[in-house]
Order: sequence, then structure tokens, then C-alpha cells
Amino acid sequence: MSNFQMNRRGLLKTGAVMGAGMAMPTILTAGSHGGYVNAPTGSTVTLGFNVPQSGPYADEGADELRAYLLAVKHLNGEGDGGMMNTFSSKELKGNGILGREVVYVTGDTQTKSDAARASAQSMIQKDGAVMITGGSSSGVAVAVQALCQEAGIIFMAGLTHSNDTTGKDKKANGFRHFFNSYMSGAALAPVLENAYGNDRVAYHLTADYNWGWTTQESVQAATEAKGWTTVANVLTPLTATDFSSYIAPVLNSGADVLVLNHYGGNMINSLTSAVQFGLRDKLVNDKNFEIVVPLYSRLMARGAGANVKGIYGSTNWHWSLQDDGSKAFVKSFGEEYGFPPSQAAHTVYCQTLLYADACERAGTHNPCGVVEALEGFDFDGLGNGPTHYRAGDHQCFKDVLVVRGKENPTSEFDLLEIVEVTPRAQVEYPVDHPMMGDGNLGTCNPGT
Amino acid sequence: MAKHNDKLVLLIFSIIVLLAPLLLAPTGAAYPDLMQRFAIYGIFAIGFNILFGLTGYLSFGHAAFLGVGSYSAVWMFKLLSMNIIPGLILAVAMAGLFSLLIGYVSLRRSGIYFSILTLAFAQMSYNLAYSVLTPLTNGETGLQLRLDDPRILDAAPVEGVLPSTNLFGLEMREVFWNPTFMGYELQFNYGFYVSAFFLILSFYIAIRIFRSPFGMMLRAIKTNQTRLNYTGISSRPYTLAAFVISGMFAGLAGGLLATMDPLAGAERMQWTVGGEVVLMVVLGGMGTLTGPVLGAVFIKYFENIFSKINAVVLHGWFSFMPTWLENFIVMIIYPFVGKGWHLTLGALFMLVVIFLPGGLVDGAKRIGGLFRRKTKQEA
Repeated sequence: MSNFQMNRRGLLKTGAVMGAGMAMPTILTAGSHGGYVNAPTGSTVTLGFNVPQSGPYADEGADELRAYLLAVKHLNGEGDGGMMNTFSSKELKGNGILGREVVYVTGDTQTKSDAARASAQSMIQKDGAVMITGGSSSGVAVAVQALCQEAGIIFMAGLTHSNDTTGKDKKANGFRHFFNSYMSGAALAPVLENAYGNDRVAYHLTADYNWGWTTQESVQAATEAKGWTTVANVLTPLTATDFSSYIAPVLNSGADVLVLNHYGGNMINSLTSAVQFGLRDKLVNDKNFEIVVPLYSRLMARGAGANVKGIYGSTNWHWSLQDDGSKAFVKSFGEEYGFPPSQAAHTVYCQTLLYADACERAGTHNPCGVVEALEGFDFDGLGNGPTHYRAGDHQCFKDVLVVRGKENPTSEFDLLEIVEVTPRAQVEYPVDHPMMGDGNLGTCNPGT
Repeated sequence: MAKHNDKLVLLIFSIIVLLAPLLLAPTGAAYPDLMQRFAIYGIFAIGFNILFGLTGYLSFGHAAFLGVGSYSAVWMFKLLSMNIIPGLILAVAMAGLFSLLIGYVSLRRSGIYFSILTLAFAQMSYNLAYSVLTPLTNGETGLQLRLDDPRILDAAPVEGVLPSTNLFGLEMREVFWNPTFMGYELQFNYGFYVSAFFLILSFYIAIRIFRSPFGMMLRAIKTNQTRLNYTGISSRPYTLAAFVISGMFAGLAGGLLATMDPLAGAERMQWTVGGEVVLMVVLGGMGTLTGPVLGAVFIKYFENIFSKINAVVLHGWFSFMPTWLENFIVMIIYPFVGKGWHLTLGALFMLVVIFLPGGLVDGAKRIGGLFRRKTKQEA
């Protein structure tokens, strides 16, 4: 039946040939490197924009991509320059980065770590990208950040809010401009205390994954420090769409505040269901029942519609801010696309500019040079007021916005109003804060 | 019984695989990461084909074994050594153990009930890995290497730098030869050749199984299991063996994924991954030897190359045309590339299933058949 047989001699021969074949190329190894991975040699420099174009965060991804394209335009000297004009560092001249024209490649993370790493890997190996940026979920950001660390590429994180990104899983080649769960808790707690008093009883519904946990932990710690008590923390599966069975027990728990540690579609569904159950019309412990959403985004607010009215949350940036940087950014984004940018768009635009500026100041794209230029960098004019890139964990420190759903929105973009700009000092924490885990930054890796 | 020239098939297959960095250069797929994916998912599909192609048992749960393989390998990298050998051994062993367990339960039923059982197990493993077993799997973020892992067999690494996976010192991601050939910059790296070695080995094992009495028994199960049972043969040991073998292949693939990129995430266990391997096998040609590999390459190519074609790239391609025509053509093509790659793949899958029930291999055979008939007529 079979004429396929491999005898000992055949095996030895094949093995020897294969061994020789594998060994030969090592003799011919060519070393053509500029001291670091993907050093640009021609007249262009390639950046990799790795965002979710499908999956639950596709809306955020689409808005991020718009901002990236705008940033590339501005860096190359097209358009009105946006926040380059208000940025406190004046190294960027609109002639690309270090005189090279900026080009880009895009990829789809599918909001999955595996797909995101495959996409980033192809940008590094095939397209010669010298920096990867993007992500709209902490799991993906942490995964891609680790890949970039191993490959010797700079990673500029996009929308990622988990403490882990610059805490437990921080990496020397990775930088985050966005705020995190700890800052949300620290900024929200005083506002909540003023609005709802200091003897509240909170009930947490938490998305059952890393981001949900760190957010819940941060908010619980911050509110308990103000005198609140926490009666329960119920974990909900990330894939849940119907939250009615989770909402019903809240009423009988004696809690008078519901904290929804949910994001994206989860938050839209859980909030809608909580409001439909009439929670907000109830009186518990002689107090109005309230709902809090620690991390807000405009795209989510739009999904939840009228249900967000009067509900507190925190956000990294909002287009209604009136400083010069924000106004310049909203203007050029609006002229390009016809509507105001989201916080996701803002943070990735800033990250792109910050990277370009760091390269200019370092005089190289070498990751170690960029890391040195960004560590401890103080800047202003990018919409968040004076900002500091901390050397110890590569996290940006800046003011945090506490927002509330608007009672009378004038358009589908005008859904949130800024209640308070929490000053930076109030949300700062030491690098070795216990909530940040026992991460190790390591050293910068230029690859090769 | 038709005569098979297996030696020739294996030889041609090996040559094509080993020359992949050269042969794939014009397609834009010749970078190490994607070529390794081709090889690894090829192994996954070959293994799956032993179960699905031979016995006809359709399992949606093989993603679970892929995930188990990856987690096992990463744990070995963390605890024992960055050398890939212990990791791969544990990956195959653990996947074998898991598939024995799941197979033992699921194979009590056949047909659609078997498929649903495996689907349920896969979903269960995914949820376990995603949240319940977080101490073991690191949940949503995925299991990663850390600087302070023990790695008891390895020498202390350079301070602040994560060691990389290696085979006795040969680093997996190192490109050892980087020549320029006909204008293409070729990248030969160790990781790909390790995966290629296992792909050829898997292919060889698959040939042996296909041609063995055991393989014949599996085919008999597919053809008419009831009849087999009436002749007094218990088919379950055979199906269970096939299930465990294919599970171990999946474990090997999972382990290799971890050697290439030492991170194991829960989504590797999601049922969509299990569904993808079904697509690969059906698309390539179920029950054939080369079909699964072909299907795996096809799907991974779409996922990684097609999904990265954006509007700018398209405008670049058609820039020689007058602007209005360029914009028009880009407008028509754009929905089918970039984020629309699923659409194109779905349409192609439908075409293949409708017109080429035997998959791509069937198509190749038909084209070959056309030629042969012609030459005969001429003679």
C-alpha cells in the first residue's frame, strides 16, 4: 500500500544535507544596521498605526485613525498645523521628522491581543515601522507594548486606562499619555463627596477583566477614603449584553449609589438597563439613588443617549475645553472631518506629536534616545495644561476632567459638561504605589 | 487502490516549505512573523484534518488545545528555561491530556451533538482562561514573560532585558541571513525554520497515518460507522485516538506560537479560532494531505496582507490612471480590502464550497486534469 519508507541511511543523508543547508547562511550573515531596528535610510520615516477597525471598540479606532492622519499631515507641513502651533516645544517645523517625510501603515487589532501583535509584527518586519502606536483596550496595549519592547521599537499607547499599562506591565520602550484608573478614582472621589455627601453606600458592577478590576479597586479605595462604604462588588462577564439580572439585586442591597465599572458597549447596556429599572427615581436611606460611571467617553455617551443625563464620570480630555491647544485641535479636526474629536483622537494625536518632538530633540529615532528625551519631559499646550512624562513609569501626569451628562444637549456631540478640572497634584501617586503592582520598567531596547 | 507517490510529494512539499522566504517574496508575505504563522497554522490544520478529514467528526473545540499548548509553553519559559524544547514537550503533553479528557466525554455522541459538546468545552475553557483562572493565565492581558521570572535552568540574563526564546542558543527571532535577491530583501530567520521543521515532520506523520491500517479504520468510521459497529468493531478507541492525536498537533501549534511570540492570551481559545481551522481545512480540501496547509496559508494571508491595504495603498496602485477613474476604482475596491477583508474571504469561501466542494486542492486537480486530457488528445 505504501512505497514510502525512510531507512537509516536515507535519514542520515537528508539530515546531513539539511544541516549543511542551515549552517551555510550563518557564514554569510550580513550586518546592515544603523545601530537600531528599522533605522530610516531613505527620504521617509514609517510610523505604524495599529487600531481596532473591527470589534467592540471599532468606533474609537476609527476616530483614532482620523487623528493619526491629521497628525501626519501637520508633521509634514500640510494643513494649519493644529496643536503644533500651541505645543510648548518648538522643534517641529512641519518638515516631517528629522527632515524625513512621515509616511504610515495601518493595521487592524480586532481588539484581540494576538491579532494586534501579528499586525504590529508585520509593521515592524515588513513595513519597517520605527514606532508603533494605537490600541483601544488595555489588554491589547499591554500586549503590543511588550512586543515592541522585545523587538526594540517605541510604543506610544493610545486609549488604555488600566493601571497595569504603566504599572504592573510597564516597559521602558512604552509611553502612555492617557490617564488611568487610579487617577479616575482620585479625581472623582472629591466631586462625588461634594455632590452626594460622605455617608453613601456603593454597589459596584465590574466588567470581569483587568481593566474592570483595577478601576473598581481604585474607585473603591478613593471613595472609602471619603467615608463611603462598599456593600458589594459583582463581576459581570465582558460579553454580557443583558444586565437586568444584575440590576435587580441592587435595590435590595441597601446601596444608594451604583458604580458601573464598564466601558464601551457594556456601559451603554448596563446604564440603559439601570435607568430603565427606575433606579434613579428611587429613594434609599432617604437619599436619591445615584449612578456613577468612572470612565466616560463621548462615543459611549452617544450610545447611551438620554440615560447619561446628570451622571458623573471622568475623562482624559473634552473638546469643549477652552485652552489654546484644545481650540486649535478641535478647529483643524473639525475642518477636516466635520465634527469634533473624541478623547481617543486627542490622546493619539498628542502621542504622535510627542514622539516626533522627542526624535527631533534626541536627533535620532533610536529608541534609547527617544526614551531619554521623553523621560521627565515637561510640556504644555496640548490641551491638558502643564504635563509631565514621569521617568519612573512612563506615565503622563496632568489635570483630570470630571464630567457630567448634560441635561440639555444641543447636538449629538454636546453630551458632556465639565464639572471640575482636578489639578494634577491631586491625582499623582508614587511609582511604587501598591495598586501599580510590582512592575519593572527594564532598560530601553534598541533591538539588534 | 491508487498508487501514491508519497516520497515525491514529501520531497516537493519540503522544498517548497524550505524555500518559502524566497518563493513568497513577490507576494509581500515573506516576513518571518507571517511565514511562521503559515507554518504553525499549517500544523494546526494538518492535525485537525486527521480528525475531521478522516473520521468526519467536526470539532469546534480545537482552539482550546491551541490555547493549552501556548499557556504550557509560556509557563515553561517562565519557570524552567527559554530553550523551546521543554516548552514544546509540555505543550504537546498537556494538550494530549486535555484532549483525552474532552474527547472521552464528547465522543460519547456523534454528529451535531459531538460538535456542540466540543463547542461548549471550548467556550468553557475560554471563559476559564479569561477570568476564573486569572492567576494561571493572567486573564484578559495574557500570560507574559517578566523580568523576575525564576527560569531556573538559565543563566542570569542581562539586567533589565527580557531573554528571548531560543533553541540551544539560536534566538528564534534572529534573522541570520538578509540577502537581496532580484530586488527583494529576503529574511531568513531561525524561528521560521524551526516551525518549518515541525511542519514537515507533521506532514510526514500525516502521510503515515493516512496510509496506515489505522487511517483506513478512521475512513471506515466516516463512511459508515453503524455498519462498522454491527461487524463487531468498537469505533470509539479509534475516534478517541484520532481526537487525541489532532489535539496534540494543536498543542504543538500552540507551543510554537508561544516560541515565536512568548505571550498566551485567552482569545486564542475562543471558538472563532476553532471555527477558523475548520474553514482552513474545508477551504484547502478536507481529507487531502496538502489541502489543510494550503487553506491555512490562504486564510492567514488574507488576515495579514489584505487587511492592511488601506485607501492610500490603493491610490498608489492606480495612480497611473486619470484621477476620476482612479477614484472610481478605489471606491469600488475599497470595501473589499482593509477592514473589509472578512467580506472578501467570505465570498471566496462561498465560491469554493459551491463550485469546488473538494477545496483548493480539488481546483488544482481539475486544472491539472484539463491539461492531461488535452495532451492525450493531441497524442
